[in-house]
Amino acid sequence: MHRIQQHPILSVEERPVVHITVDGTPIEAREGDTIAAALMANGIRTFRHTARYHEPRGLFCGIGQCTDCVMEVDGKPNVKTCITRVREGMTVRTQEGNGGSAS
Amino acid sequence: MKHYDVIVVGAGPAGLGAAIEAGRQGAKVLLLDENDRPGGQLFKQIHKFFGSREHYAGTRGFAIGRQLLQEAEEAGVEIHLGRRVWGIFPDGSVTAANDTESVRYQGSYLILATGASENALAFPGCTLPGVMTAGAAQTFANVHHVLPGQNIVMVGSGNVGLIVTYQLLQAGANVKAILEAAPKLSGYAVHAGKVRRAGVPVLLSHTVTRAMGDGSLEAVEIAQVDEHFAPIPGTEQVIPCDTLCLAVGLTPRVELADVSGCDLVWSGPLGGKLPRHNRHMESSRSNILVAGDLAGIEEASTALDEGRLAGTRAAYRLGLLDVGTYEGRRAEIQGRLDRLRQGPFGEKRRRAKEEVWKA
Repeated sequence: MHRIQQHPILSVEERPVVHITVDGTPIEAREGDTIAAALMANGIRTFRHTARYHEPRGLFCGIGQCTDCVMEVDGKPNVKTCITRVREGMTVRTQEGNGGSAS
Repeated sequence: MKHYDVIVVGAGPAGLGAAIEAGRQGAKVLLLDENDRPGGQLFKQIHKFFGSREHYAGTRGFAIGRQLLQEAEEAGVEIHLGRRVWGIFPDGSVTAANDTESVRYQGSYLILATGASENALAFPGCTLPGVMTAGAAQTFANVHHVLPGQNIVMVGSGNVGLIVTYQLLQAGANVKAILEAAPKLSGYAVHAGKVRRAGVPVLLSHTVTRAMGDGSLEAVEIAQVDEHFAPIPGTEQVIPCDTLCLAVGLTPRVELADVSGCDLVWSGPLGGKLPRHNRHMESSRSNILVAGDLAGIEEASTALDEGRLAGTRAAYRLGLLDVGTYEGRRAEIQGRLDRLRQGPFGEKRRRAKEEVWKA
């Protein structure tokens, strides 16, 4: 749950910092990060709670297929955080149930 | 509505192979993908491929991906990214949407290369954050350069489980064990050797029985299994870990093929339900071809060559190749596929593939 600094095969380049907030707390992401990658790099693993039993959910498939990682992004619920990239000033919220007013 | 000779859905190895071949023969080709970058899962493959030179042996997956993108560009392929295909209509039109709009395209031939999904495994606690597919962990480490966890347990000793284990070690994680329910390893010895030399224990006849943690994963309970894969009471052990990776096989993503009316057949060795197709990669729908993991779970190199077959077939049916040239080209690609389907692992897939052709 941290950024890889050194790698025997990949060249890991330093990328510019992008600021986002998660449930009101500012965190540092990097340009080109998906929201999920930025959250995991900051040690955040719970992305939403289920509607009926309020169970935590996080990353599962990582490639936009399963929808387990959806969150509220800039007020819009059900955004797949594993394939949506960060933007400066983005507001991310842990999704409760179906998100928005439907929760 | 814009018209294309060939519309390819999915820009992984199969879709790229199809688009490149059809484009090279002069077809006007559109390649659609739901992701914002092309290449499918190739860019997370940081290991060297094997096989022969024609299969890019010794080249790492991401380098193959870069080369294919360049070839696609040279072949004049138009690539539209961030477009999820949601409709295929009887008149040959295809609709694809991003977050804000839906666009309709007309195509004479459609090649589906929608790939696969990783299988899940059900056990108490399997939904806890920290339990994820092996592919997710691989994507995070190799593409996003973020470690999905520090202390990891892997379920499955197939090639995905073995390769991802090794790549998580390379990224700096600690893989505490690989669990394999079968009594023997299921992946290639060359990959198993790497993880064993790195000191990762492979526990045969073992599976995960429970994931535990307050809010996210803190430990897993594992147990030995009997010959019917049932956990043996009294053999439970608890391994503290923050991440559990599931590498328990893949299933073809047949949704689009299914809704567009392609007949589906079942093949256990090829991953389950898949569109019935012949050796030319033609489905039961006359203008729809299929290729890659959608047409049976194999490897990136087989997907690429199946894509090349499908693209060449579409070009032939468009009248861009004469029958002699087509047959020569087809035999060449089929020969490469036959060589990839050799050995104890490949042989099983080759026989399964032949069953599908006969179905």
